Order: sequence, then structure tokens, then C-alpha cells
Amino acid sequence: MKRNLKKYLSLGLAAVMAASLITGCGVATANGDTSATAATSAAAQTAASGDATAATASGDTVKIGVYEPASGDNGAGGKQEMLGMQYANSKTPTVDIGGKTYNVELVFADNQSSTDKAVSAASTLVSSGVSVVLGSYGSGVSIAAQETFANAGIPAIGVTCTNPQVTEGNTNYFRICFLDPFQGTILANFAVDNFKAKTAYCLAKLGDDYSVGLCNYFQKAFEALGGTVVFETFPEGNSDFTSYITNAKNANADVIFSPVSTEAAALIIEQASSQGVTVPLMAGDTWDSNVITEAATGKDIDIYVTTFYQEGGNKEFDEGLKAYIDGDATALQNNGGNDMIAAVSAMGYDAYYVALEALKNAGSTDPKAVNDALWKTTYDGVSGHIEFDQTNGDAVRDTAYVKKANTETGTWDFVAEQKAK
Amino acid sequence: MNKPGSTKSFQNKLERHDRKTQIVADLIVIVICLAVLFLLDSVLDSSSMIFVVLKKTAVYAVVAVSMNLLNGFTGLFSLGQAGFMLIGAYTYGILMIPSGDRASVYQYFNGGIVKFSLQEVFAGIFGGNAGVGMFFGVLIALILAGVFAALFAFLIGLPVLRLKGDYLAIATLGFAEIIRALFQWNTIGGLTNGSNMLRKFPSFDSIVAGWAAGCPFVAAHIPFFSTLLPMIIAAICISLIVMLIHSSYGRSFKAIRDDEVAAEAMGINLAKHKMLAFCTSSFFAGIGGAMLAMFQTTIQANAFKSSMTYEILLIVVIGGIGSVTGSILGAFLFVAASEWWLRFLDTEMVFADAGTKTGFSVFAIAIVVLLAALVIVKNRGKEKKDFHRIAIIASAVAFIVIAALINYLLSPSMNVPLLRSGFRLVVFSLIIMIIVLFYRRGIMGTRELNWDSITAFFMKRRNAEKEGGEKA
Amino acid sequence: MDWSVVLPYILSGISVGGQYALIAIGYTMVYGILRLINFAHGDVFMVAGLMMIYFSASMPMYYSIPLMIIFTVLLGYAIERAAYKPLRTAPRMSIMISAIGVSYLLENLALYVTGGLNQNYPGIPWISDSITIGGAVTKRVTIITPILTIVLVVALILLIKHTKFGMAMRAVSRDFDTAQLMGIDIDKVISVTFIIGSFLAAIGSLLYFTNYTGVVPTSGAMPGLKAFVAAVFGGIGSIPGAVVGAFIIGICENLIKGLDSVLMVNGIISQQFGFATFSDAFTFVLLIVILIFKPTGLFGEKQTDKV
Repeated sequence: MKRNLKKYLSLGLAAVMAASLITGCGVATANGDTSATAATSAAAQTAASGDATAATASGDTVKIGVYEPASGDNGAGGKQEMLGMQYANSKTPTVDIGGKTYNVELVFADNQSSTDKAVSAASTLVSSGVSVVLGSYGSGVSIAAQETFANAGIPAIGVTCTNPQVTEGNTNYFRICFLDPFQGTILANFAVDNFKAKTAYCLAKLGDDYSVGLCNYFQKAFEALGGTVVFETFPEGNSDFTSYITNAKNANADVIFSPVSTEAAALIIEQASSQGVTVPLMAGDTWDSNVITEAATGKDIDIYVTTFYQEGGNKEFDEGLKAYIDGDATALQNNGGNDMIAAVSAMGYDAYYVALEALKNAGSTDPKAVNDALWKTTYDGVSGHIEFDQTNGDAVRDTAYVKKANTETGTWDFVAEQKAK
Repeated sequence: MNKPGSTKSFQNKLERHDRKTQIVADLIVIVICLAVLFLLDSVLDSSSMIFVVLKKTAVYAVVAVSMNLLNGFTGLFSLGQAGFMLIGAYTYGILMIPSGDRASVYQYFNGGIVKFSLQEVFAGIFGGNAGVGMFFGVLIALILAGVFAALFAFLIGLPVLRLKGDYLAIATLGFAEIIRALFQWNTIGGLTNGSNMLRKFPSFDSIVAGWAAGCPFVAAHIPFFSTLLPMIIAAICISLIVMLIHSSYGRSFKAIRDDEVAAEAMGINLAKHKMLAFCTSSFFAGIGGAMLAMFQTTIQANAFKSSMTYEILLIVVIGGIGSVTGSILGAFLFVAASEWWLRFLDTEMVFADAGTKTGFSVFAIAIVVLLAALVIVKNRGKEKKDFHRIAIIASAVAFIVIAALINYLLSPSMNVPLLRSGFRLVVFSLIIMIIVLFYRRGIMGTRELNWDSITAFFMKRRNAEKEGGEKA
Repeated sequence: MDWSVVLPYILSGISVGGQYALIAIGYTMVYGILRLINFAHGDVFMVAGLMMIYFSASMPMYYSIPLMIIFTVLLGYAIERAAYKPLRTAPRMSIMISAIGVSYLLENLALYVTGGLNQNYPGIPWISDSITIGGAVTKRVTIITPILTIVLVVALILLIKHTKFGMAMRAVSRDFDTAQLMGIDIDKVISVTFIIGSFLAAIGSLLYFTNYTGVVPTSGAMPGLKAFVAAVFGGIGSIPGAVVGAFIIGICENLIKGLDSVLMVNGIISQQFGFATFSDAFTFVLLIVILIFKPTGLFGEKQTDKV
């Protein structure tokens, strides 16, 4: 009797679980999307559509892949970038291609900020049948996935990946932001012009090609202007930056340049201020985030960053995005707990519309057609005019915004608009 | 009755462990596998995840079997696999980047110090034939990847192999971290490209694309061939390891695993055999690393952290420490579950209507009740004190979960609870903990799947039937 | 050679060494008794930090600190009961794999709950203020840490040497099976060991994250590993050894980070050598050196292998 009871219970459990697996292998969607899906139960017996599209009443769907990190070092930035795309998708959920109206579905794949997970995440998008991919935040994972997308014939639009290698030598990766050589030069010029800097201390993360790459470009530009650079790297997982700050002091650095991801940045800012650092800290676009302003609030420290967009540049967009963030608990959490607009969100927003433009120009959802159409696609977005050069597929950009962290209010102050010299 | 050449005589020969029949049976199985793969290619879309999963399985299977050789068969607990994979991957990458691409890959180091690539060297030797050049290039690069890894293993093994148990584990872990720091060192960036990625070297897909350019049959079946390539390499490597295990060296390894002191007393040279196991394991880990490079198309030293070693260790444990087939199966299950089957757990899903939401909640409550009941019934046989405690804990947990579910049911939210980015890994870790705690021997324990075990299984069944028949 | 240049690095080293020490004691106690490298210890430390962040967001400090300590201790106890107790009779590799599995689970749970975003640790009044010592600016917690560590270690040693329960712990760590035969309640001894270890991890996390205010799911991995190396370096099973080892490792690590700078300031080298790259790796070099030349560590006892 006892054994039978156990057997029946186990069988019952297994049957219920198996039934759920069969019916529950349903469709995945983003929040707020119209083509909803059903996670079902054996009891309710609502059939789930087994594969990709369908499910909505109003016909065809075109899929746009979102290749971003949602976890790992770059998870914070990736989430903010996705926020821009999700907001754009909620504002414009349909597109007219070749006379027919399509629903736009965002398919997400988390590359975990790690280059060895890149191929699998990219393959997931490929096998979902996307027509174009947006992303990623983080040049390393973009470079790692480029070949996978190329082999499948799918074009990708890089949003804020600034390393030149992302688009170099291939025809399927495009990008709508400026490049690191440009950014490094702007920063070096700013440092020399505004702080009369003769020595700079560069701190990059070991093994992270973005920060190491940008530091290299900064070093080239700074040394070309006659300065000297002390370049050091810290290992991953490092929390104690006091020794590096001491190194900077010993080198008599006039400026500390550390374009690392926000988690390390928060620690550097905190320790720099408690160590009594008086020289300014500078960084690239990764520091344009409310994590930085939060870390800097109430401290006596100067932080300057170059970025793609300044809040206030487009009122309608600002208000719309703030309303979207405040209206959704998950979005608020992903944005770091407040509704300050990160530049990467603005870029994500623009990237979505560039993809829609390319789809319209291609006249079909075939990835190859979209790829060909992207070369000639232009769009005027909140971050400025976007058009691609014909060699690599980089956006022709000549402006970067320089912002300073306001340590009293916890927001960014606009400093200057730097153009390429 | 038993006509020569009939299936009955074939079966008899198998049961008698006739070597020739076993080989024929092996060949039949291989042909069947190829056919299945070909069928998958024809039926499924070329972008289907199964091909990605199979390729990564082949790579991880090689590394898992190499780790099993060391941990499972020789009893040396080493956590340095990631370091050797790194060496193998970088050897492959450094030697195989075409010279035309070197300037862009090594952009901060003026094109790097290595200025040639193996496939071009061999193409030159064979009179400009790129295909033959690529074949020899890949072959020699893979072998060199293994050789360099084994070389580092030899140097590391000299001081480290006399440590016992956990100390060996931590020492090898430490060496893996040192190797990783070394490869990221900017000063030797001319060779290793420092913190930046190595790319543009031949990958599985690009090699097959090269074949496809010349042969339309290949071009029509690219997924088949690009999955076949890593599987062939994996099959060769694993066969070599299995041959080693079945040789007298393998028996020495097992003796060392079972009782080191007794083995030494029986005349086995501990140092020599341990070093042999360590170097062989590292050789194949190096080849595994090179295969990983060919799969990922880019490599970065940063990715070869100790967490990669832990993943391999978990594969070995899931499959069964001491079973080669177990490692292969474990690799497939691990890769499929983490990269493919469980991916849906990461995406936020929305219920289509209130009916489905209610249905789902009822169903979830049913599962919780069933689970709690199962736990309680299973422990009915235990002492009263233990039983009461388990019953209370199970009921309390079930109560909390059901309360949360009811709360969710009454709330207006239409999102499926719990499902968001990161849930996949949580579920995955829970599954691993369950396997480690309750299925300690893994899937296969120390058993292997070969003809001997298959025929033994069927013979046992047949004899049991016969006996049952006789009794009746 | 200007030695005052070295002072800030040594201060940093003492600060971080003290924090490693608190974690290292947990490792060495568990290893002494169970012969288990508790890989999950570093992650318990990280979870304690996260708990503090969530508690202090909704409760005042004098509630959240004790609450955090209690929950961390419960977590350590639960892990021991659920993941290590069932495997006590299994081969050593199984239990170590279980530890790795728990560590993996904790990290993924933290990743899921926090969404991978950096969490800012709340500033605890008084100990997180800045002070100046000999020209070097640092936080007050830097000085408090070594003092608190020494106080706790002394208390712990008193417990082990002069109480009956401490004698039981020593007996179990000397000979597991015989201690059981002598009537010592093994379960209780092991549970108390984990409780003490988790308590120290909770205090350690308080001091650590006050100093380094960002908590991410992987915050515990490296400090945990370094603390374990410290424990081995000092002699596994020896608490004073673990503390000494932790300070040595903390100081060496920071000296390596500053080596380029120190040498350049003193004019010994003119160009960067990139020593800082090896600051983490050097910890492991120390480990391997001690394992080869004195496997029982600086203060460890010689162990004979019975056949």
C-alpha cells in the first residue's frame, strides 16, 4: 500500500509535469508586446502556438533581434539600451513593408557580457528567424558574434559599441554611434584644453577590450599633443583601487582617465574621493549613467564624460521616455531606480527606428534585402542625423557631448559640444 | 538453426565478445548516426539550434573526457582545465590567423610578432593548393595546441603532482589563474594581443564554407558538414583516450585512484604515471581549447576563468565520474539544457487571458501539493522525530509557496511569475544541486555503453524470462 | 630609496588583509573539521552584503545589522544541513563538487534577484568617515578592521582553548571518527563551526563593503579564493595562521599593484613593466611556493599519513 501510494504520486507528478512541458513550450515575447503568448496548463488546455509568429489576429510579424547583455559586467548598460528599444517598440509597434502592415516583435537574447556566450546567444536569435539585429552594448561581444550573424546573412546594427573592429572588414555589421579613435581624441583634446594636462593616468580593466582599446586611443591622441601617459590595468573582480589611486598621485597625474564599466567606476569614484583626489576623472560613454551620478553625489570630485546624447536635447523624447520608465516597475528597476535618461537609451531608441527605416526601404523582411538597404538608409533621430559611410557601415558622426556630474543634485550638467577638429 | 551469416549467429558472436563482430557493429552504428545527422540537416532549418548544440557538445565532450581521465580514472582532482584550454586555444589562434588579417587583429601591437600562418605555409609547400594547405594547417595547429598545453602541464606537474587531494585542486586552480594573467599581460601583447580578442582564424563554419566553394554537394548541406567536422575530431580524441584507458597504463591509473600506497607497493611508478595522466589530460584539454576557438570564432583570455573549469567539472559529475560515455552524455545534456532548452525561462511571457492564468495557477498549486505529499510519504518509514520534522518543513514550504501563488492569482498582473532574465541559470543550478545530492553517481556511474554491456543487458533479460518461463 | 612612498600601499594592504582574515577564519575552521574547502563561503559573504542593502533600504541601521547577521548565520547553517551533511560519507570529491554547486547557485540567485546591476552598500555612520594617517587618507574602517579582527580572533582562540566545546572542536578536527566514538555530538560541532564561520563572514562583509561599496554577484568569489589561499598559507586548521596569512597576502597584493609606481618614483626603472597585471596571480604564486616548500603552511602541524 505504501509503495503503491508513492508510485502513484510520483507518476501523477511526472504526468502533470510532462503535460506542462508539451503544451508550455510556447512563444516568448517581450513585455508590452501585442502578440501575447500563453503559458498553459494541462487543466486549462489552451493550445499554445508551437512556433514563432502567428498568435495575433492582425496578421504578419517581423522580428527584430535584440542582442544585449542583461547580466554580467555590462548588464546595467545593456538593460538601459534595451529600455530605449522597448519604449520605441511600444510607441511604434507596427511597420509598413511593401504595402503590408507588420507587427514588430522584439526577440531578446542575453549574451551575459561574455564573449564565449556570444555565439550561442547569437545563434538563438538566428534560429528565431529575425530579419535584423540590434546591439550589442559592449564591443567585445559584438565582434564575437559578427561571424555568426554574417553566416546566417543577417545584418546587425551596433548601437553604442564604439570599437572600430566591430564593423571593420565585414559587410553585415553597421553602427550608429561614433568610434573610439574619435572619442579618444575628443577626450584628449578636452583634457589638454581645459585642464592643461601634461600627465594622464589611464586605468583600464584587464581583459576588457573596450576600456583597453579606448585607453590606447586616448594615449595616442594625448601623446600626440605632447603629454605623457601612465597606463595601468586592474584585474577583474578587483575592489580595492586605493593602490592605483596612489599610483596616479605618485605619477603627478593631472587627469585620471578610466573608461571602465559602471560597477568598477562606482568603486573608483568612491575611493578616489575618500582618498582626497583633487584632479578630475574622465571617461567615455560607459560612465554616462545614473550609477555614476549616484556614486558621485555628495562627494568632492570632478567627473567629465563624453557621450552620445544630452538630456534636454529633445523634449518630447525625454518626457515620453520618463513617462514610460515611471509607468513600469521593471523598467524603473532596470534604469537603476530613477528616471534619469541614459544616453544609451536614446541610442537604442534611434536604432529601433533605423531598423524600421531599413525594413521599409528593403520592401521585405528578408535579411539580405535589409542588409543591402541599410547602406543607403538615413534617419534623423534624437541623437542627431544618422547615415552610414560606404566603406564600413559606420555612422558619419562628428559631435560628442561632454557632460559633468553635478555632485549636489545627482544629475548631469552639459559642458560642451565637441566637434571633430 | 544457426546458419552462418544470419542475424542469430551475429547476435551469438556479439555475446561471445568476438572482436570482428564488434567492429562491424560499431561501423553500423556510425553509419546510422551519420544518417540521422544528414536527416536532421535535410529536415530542419539550417539555423536550428540543434547544430550549434551538437558542435558545442563535441567540444565540451573532449574536454570532459580529458578531465574524467584525470579525475575519474586516476583520482587526481585537478581544477586547471581552463588554463590548458586557454593555451590550446591561443596556440591555434596565434598560428592560424591569415597574415593579411594580422594587422587589423593586432591593431595595438603593430601587427604582432608572428607574421605567418600555418595554412599559408602548407599551401605554399603543396604548390598553392589552399584546400590541402588548410587541412594540414588545421591538423598541425591542433596537434601543436595539445603539445604546448602538455608542455605547460609537464612544467606545472613537476612541483604540483606530489600534493594530495584538495591541495592539488587549489594549486592547479592557482596555476590556471597565473596562466590567464600571463596571457593578458600587455608586454607580451605582440604575441597574445593582450586583453584584446584573437579572431579571423579558421572556424568550423569558415572551413566548411571553403569546401562549399568548390563542391556543390557540400554547399547544399553546410550544417551537416560543419557539425560533422568537430564530431570527427572529437571522436578521434575520445577514441585515443579510451585506448589509453584500456591499456596497461589505464590499469595503472585505476590502481593509483583506488589506493595509491598499495599501487606503489605493487611496483607502479607513481610520479611517472601521474605525470603521464596529467600531460595526456592536458594534451586533449589543449585540443579541446583549440576546438572551442574554432567554434566561437573569437577567443579572449578573459573568458577562460575558473568558472569554465567548474562547468566541465559539473559535466563530468552529471555524466558519472569514471565513465567516458557518461561524460559525452553529460556534455550534451549540459549544453542543450543551458543554451537551448531552458532559454525560454529567461524571456518574459504574458498570459493571453485570465482563464489561462487561473489554469496555470491551479496547476502550479497542484504540483506543489503533489511534491509535498511525495516528500512526506517517502519519509514515512523514518523515525518519528525525523518524520515530524520533515513533514513540518515540507508543509511549511508548501504553505508559503501556495500563499504566494494565491496572492499572485488575485493580483492584476498578467506576467508569468518568476520568468525573467537570469531565471534560466537559477533553475539550472538547482537541477545541478539535485543531481549532485541525490544522484551522486551521475547518469552512468562507472558503467560504459559498449557492446559488452549492451549484450549483457539483453542476456540478463532473456535469462530472467527463461527462468520465469521455467517456473511457470 | 624613499620608503615613505610604500606606506600608502601597506595601509591598503592592512585594510584589505584584515577583511580577508575574517573570511579566512571561516575557511580554516571548516577545513580543519570537515576537510572541506567551502567554496560557498565567499558567496555567503556576498549574500550577506546584499541582505544588508535590502534591509537597510527599508529599516533603520540598528535593525538591519543584527537582522543581517542572523540571516547570514541561518544561511550558513542551512547550507551545511542541505548540501554537506548528506555527503559526509561520500568521497571527498563529491562534497567539494557540492560546495562548488552551492556557490554556483548562490551567485545565480543573486544575479537573478539583483538583475546583475551594481548595488550600492549603505554607508554605516562613523566607520565610513575619512581620516588621515601619516599623510595618507583613508577610511576609519581601515583601522577598525585589523583591531576588530584581532579581538575576534582572540575571543575565538579563548573559546577553543578554554571551553569544553572548544575541546570537542579540537578533537573532531584531530580525528573525526574517534571523536564520534568518544561520544561527541558531531552534528552539533559541525553546525556550530558553520555558525561561527558565517557570523565572521557577516561581520567581514560589513567591514568589506563599507570600504568597497559596490556589491555584485561575483563580489565574493575572488576575496573568498584569496582568503582560502591565506588560510592555506598560514597553515590550514590554525586560526592565527589564517590571520597572519591574510595580512601577508593583502600587503603583497597591494605592493605588487604599486610596484611599477614605487620603482619609477625612485628612479629604479624608467618605463612601466606592467607588474600590476599579476596582483591576483601573485597570490597564487605565494600559495604554490608554500605548498611546495612547506605544505602544512607557516604555522601548521606536520601531519603523518597513516597507511
